[in-house]
Amino acid sequence: MGIDKKSEPINRVDGRAKVTGKAKYFAEFEVPGVTFCVMVTSPVTRGTITTINTKAAERAPGVLAVFTHLNMPAIPGWAEQGNNSKLPSGGERYHMLGSNKILFNGQPVALVIADTLERAQHAASLVTATYNKAEHHTDLLKNKEKAAMPPRMGDYTRGADTNAHNTAPVVLKADYTVPIEVHNPMELAGILAFWEGDDKLTVYAKTQGVKSTQRTLAGAFKIDEKNIQVYAEFVGGGFGMGLRTWPQEVVVAAAARAVKKPVKLVLTRDQMFTLVGYRPYTIQHISMGATQDGQLTGIYHEATAETASYDDFTEGTVGMTRFMYACPNVTTKYRIVPLDRGVPIWMRGPGEATGAFALESAIDEMAYKVNMDPLQFRLKNFAETDPEKNKPFSSNNLKEAYQLGSERIGWAKRNPAPASMKDGEWLVGYGMSTGVFGAHRGESTCRAQLNADGTLLLQSATSDIGPGTSTAMVQIAHEVTGLPIEKIRFELGNAAFPPSGSQGGSATVSSVGSAVFDVCTALKGMLTEAGLSFDNGTVKPAAGKSDGLQEVLSKQNKTFFEVTKSSKGGAEQEKYSMYSFSIHFAEVRVHPATGVVRVKRVVTVADSGRIVSPKTAASQMIGGVTGGIGMALTEEGIIDHRFGRFVNNNLADYHVPVSADVPHIETIFVDKPDPITNPMGSKGMGEIALIGFSAAVANAVYHATGKRIRELPITPDKILSA
Amino acid sequence: MDDQLKNGEHTGTSRRSFLKKSSLITALALTPDTVIKAAEKGIDEQIASAIETMPLNVTINGVKQSVRIEPRVTLLDLLRERLHLTGTKKGCDHGQCGACTVHVDGQRVNSCLTLALTTEGRNVTTIEGLADGDNLHPMQEAFLEHDGFQCGYCTPGQIMSAVCCIREGHANTPEEVREYMSGNICRCGAYSNIVDAIMDVKQGGKKV
Repeated sequence: MGIDKKSEPINRVDGRAKVTGKAKYFAEFEVPGVTFCVMVTSPVTRGTITTINTKAAERAPGVLAVFTHLNMPAIPGWAEQGNNSKLPSGGERYHMLGSNKILFNGQPVALVIADTLERAQHAASLVTATYNKAEHHTDLLKNKEKAAMPPRMGDYTRGADTNAHNTAPVVLKADYTVPIEVHNPMELAGILAFWEGDDKLTVYAKTQGVKSTQRTLAGAFKIDEKNIQVYAEFVGGGFGMGLRTWPQEVVVAAAARAVKKPVKLVLTRDQMFTLVGYRPYTIQHISMGATQDGQLTGIYHEATAETASYDDFTEGTVGMTRFMYACPNVTTKYRIVPLDRGVPIWMRGPGEATGAFALESAIDEMAYKVNMDPLQFRLKNFAETDPEKNKPFSSNNLKEAYQLGSERIGWAKRNPAPASMKDGEWLVGYGMSTGVFGAHRGESTCRAQLNADGTLLLQSATSDIGPGTSTAMVQIAHEVTGLPIEKIRFELGNAAFPPSGSQGGSATVSSVGSAVFDVCTALKGMLTEAGLSFDNGTVKPAAGKSDGLQEVLSKQNKTFFEVTKSSKGGAEQEKYSMYSFSIHFAEVRVHPATGVVRVKRVVTVADSGRIVSPKTAASQMIGGVTGGIGMALTEEGIIDHRFGRFVNNNLADYHVPVSADVPHIETIFVDKPDPITNPMGSKGMGEIALIGFSAAVANAVYHATGKRIRELPITPDKILSA
Repeated sequence: MDDQLKNGEHTGTSRRSFLKKSSLITALALTPDTVIKAAEKGIDEQIASAIETMPLNVTINGVKQSVRIEPRVTLLDLLRERLHLTGTKKGCDHGQCGACTVHVDGQRVNSCLTLALTTEGRNVTTIEGLADGDNLHPMQEAFLEHDGFQCGYCTPGQIMSAVCCIREGHANTPEEVREYMSGNICRCGAYSNIVDAIMDVKQGGKKV
């Protein structure tokens, strides 16, 4: 049983709070007596602190405390871990303010807590330190010999002819580079923490998972999860950086216990580059073989990515290559290089977006080599079933998506020859690519409360970093119960609610939505037992009964009906390979004299099952494309390796797309329910919106200019020197 | 590898030591005796605010505010941390993102780059002051209708900026809107919908 009709587009249920400034983000809660924390960070990239002088800061007005490794209270859970990690690098663990060791540039060495922000900022400027500097390594290209296979990502081989990619009639060999990219959500990260006594902690957090933050803090302080309350009702963007509870957040909570006051930490924008993760610098080699008539015979794909010396960050960079095309021989390898850097974290699309840039560029290159239309080449090598897992896809409407997108952009009308089209002095190019991401569904729990006035309250400890979780959930509840949208309220971002997973991996609608579906279905059953039913948007007596909702509740001495349901995928899902797909078409203009690339038009198609919330889903696609424009053309975190330090750690020098960079974006949904994934028939949306888009731009640039740019971002200098 | 580095090589002149030096040097004439004595007795913390703050009279969302603040306090931090008008957002604190955009005497400014004391006697409007009671401003309605946001964090700044974009006469075409709204970053990437919202308000002809 599922939902079989198409959803109506509705405005966000929390939109009014956002347009009036009433939506409160973590740093905005009024907590009496709140104090302000400012961090002093290391200008050294590797070494030890030899001396640190906090006297002037301690004497400064309004200062409550200054914490360094010399006086920071131990974090019990960290002390238990010990110092040595079990990593390929053999590196030491990073325990902030736990020792005098410096493991990366920008590592906090002192926390200053004062009664106002300005006083904390000033006092932080008074902390002085000396360092014993050790040799550091931050450049992946100069440390490739340290590459190691991470424990969680083994090599993959399919097919007997592992050399097919070298011996095929047509062979392509190419190297691709994706630079450091930084999530940079508009809201600065941090935490607001306070204690009642020594064992009851409350935090307002910037997190994509209130339960995950609760678990991390419980583990760090060795106290019961029930004694830790985490709130995150509104989160000002995450894109992956909120999938971890960062060390400074734990340390600030510890500091709040020590000073016995609420403490608020808001990172500075430059600290957002070093302390809350990033997309790792990744180099990729693809070797691809095909027959003269365009049948793939072998693919070899190797990715090498940076990680911290103290953590083995791993992502699915080579995953798409394993199953996307019907190629008999495929080998993938993934390696990580430990460097003296803070640890990366999944950034929207994560590794799949990095990998798709390489694979979908290479597919385009090979199509031109065998003199085929890139769209026809993809169709010729289309995988009807998943060649990696040898399972059928739960749904795969890629062919329809290719058709919808190509018709809308006018693909067939272009002159396919590179550097053949012009618009005034600008060169014109069309490019396309495919994106794919697993259609995941995790376990999730939801509580429903049907009140006597006929309103429905739903609660789950999930998050909304922007996609519109509550809006989608209210729509699902509306479709199951028939209650009008305005009578349904969905609450999230509170760790005391029934548990759900973090918002990541495009799984929220599938996971939490299933719990909403199940709990609303259970509620219907409960009403039937009570002689009631949902009828045309209200609760009415069932046929042959006369008592309405209020009468039934009062006779049962209740003020509301409530039911809580947990939901997860069943065994039938094991039989299928479940993926969400996207197709991106980009039309670009390239200026031959300046090398400037402008994205002129975008058509993006999603095969992400039944669309639960059409309006917010379209926004998610638009947003993913916008992030993809940044990935393709402007975004690059640049480190001066002599110092191991960013040189562009601000929003003026790290270029995220602005309005003038982004054209009107057309979104198309195949909007066909997936029969397997979940009762709504939905598949994920957040990642596929971005995955592959950068390749569509690179391919369009090639079509416009005949120049193949394999290193992102595609800045004017690269066009001019190619 | 014995390269010794220092950070924060400031002289560390605290207000207390400044006052002590002052008592010996020329500032004597400027600083009341009682203050110097209090400082020497170590009770200067309590009176610090009295001598380190300045009066500010400013009208915010039509309400006259009289506060004492340090000269280094920005309009943004005044709004967020002291007046609890948290609709105005801090995204970079460097005038690079536009999240803190408010109107000062009807003009859009980055409140993070505006020292609060410079708004003496002026009219400041924040997102909280844009709607007419429960009736949303047309720009707020349009953002809601066109889904011109996702996480909502840049939204107050976008809306305040968008209102001025039209008032300035810079909303005649979508291209012009894109250019004149490029000081407001939206990392969720809602630009396409934001431009639609602004054009809708402009073409609707309602007073902004």
